[in-house]
Amino acid sequence: MNSTISVLLFGITRDLTGQSAVSLPLADGTSVSDLLSQMHQAYPALAGIRSLLIAVNGEYAEADQLLAQHDEVALIPPVSGG
Amino acid sequence: MIALTSDPIDVSAALRFLQSDQAGAIDFFLGVVRDNTQERPVDRLEYEAYDRMAISEMQKIADAAQEQWPILRYTIIHRKGTLQIGEIAVLIGVATAHRAAAFEACRYIIDTIKQTVPIWKKEVFTNGESWVNAHP
Repeated sequence: MNSTISVLLFGITRDLTGQSAVSLPLADGTSVSDLLSQMHQAYPALAGIRSLLIAVNGEYAEADQLLAQHDEVALIPPVSGG
Repeated sequence: MIALTSDPIDVSAALRFLQSDQAGAIDFFLGVVRDNTQERPVDRLEYEAYDRMAISEMQKIADAAQEQWPILRYTIIHRKGTLQIGEIAVLIGVATAHRAAAFEACRYIIDTIKQTVPIWKKEVFTNGESWVNAHP
């Protein structure tokens, strides 16, 4: 069964996509690195960013972590607080 | 105490919070908006945060600092929104019995915030703008 997952966007990724969240199809067994590839395909401009990490439910996620439909997923471009 | 706020940071209130009869040393780090980046004139900074994760990551840093140094009290306050030249963007305050631990913990906290906490700043120049650190 196919569902969708929402990805929160901040900073430069929000500016590049023009949206503060995007929805992507979520197949069973989709990992963090799969989602990053999908994001790059959907938004080629993301390739110009130095690094992109994914947070799942408010924690930095490993590339092989699997995603579930109700996870809160966020794309984290290089941070620059302080 | 950890906070993300749209309001100006009150240094006196932070000092009162940190003071106690056991605190022989109180160290502050204030990050302040500068009027230029590599000589390019800056008009203002715009900060944005992933609030819930920014708070939890700052809490992790504070917890790690408390494991390494005998901290009596600490405060970490980060601004978000639009900041003008001269405004305080971040305040770190650490109270300890003796000064060495206060200096070291304060530096550890600000250095780690810059590496892990999901807060982003955009420099708005008089002729353009740029997200800091975003490009190779």
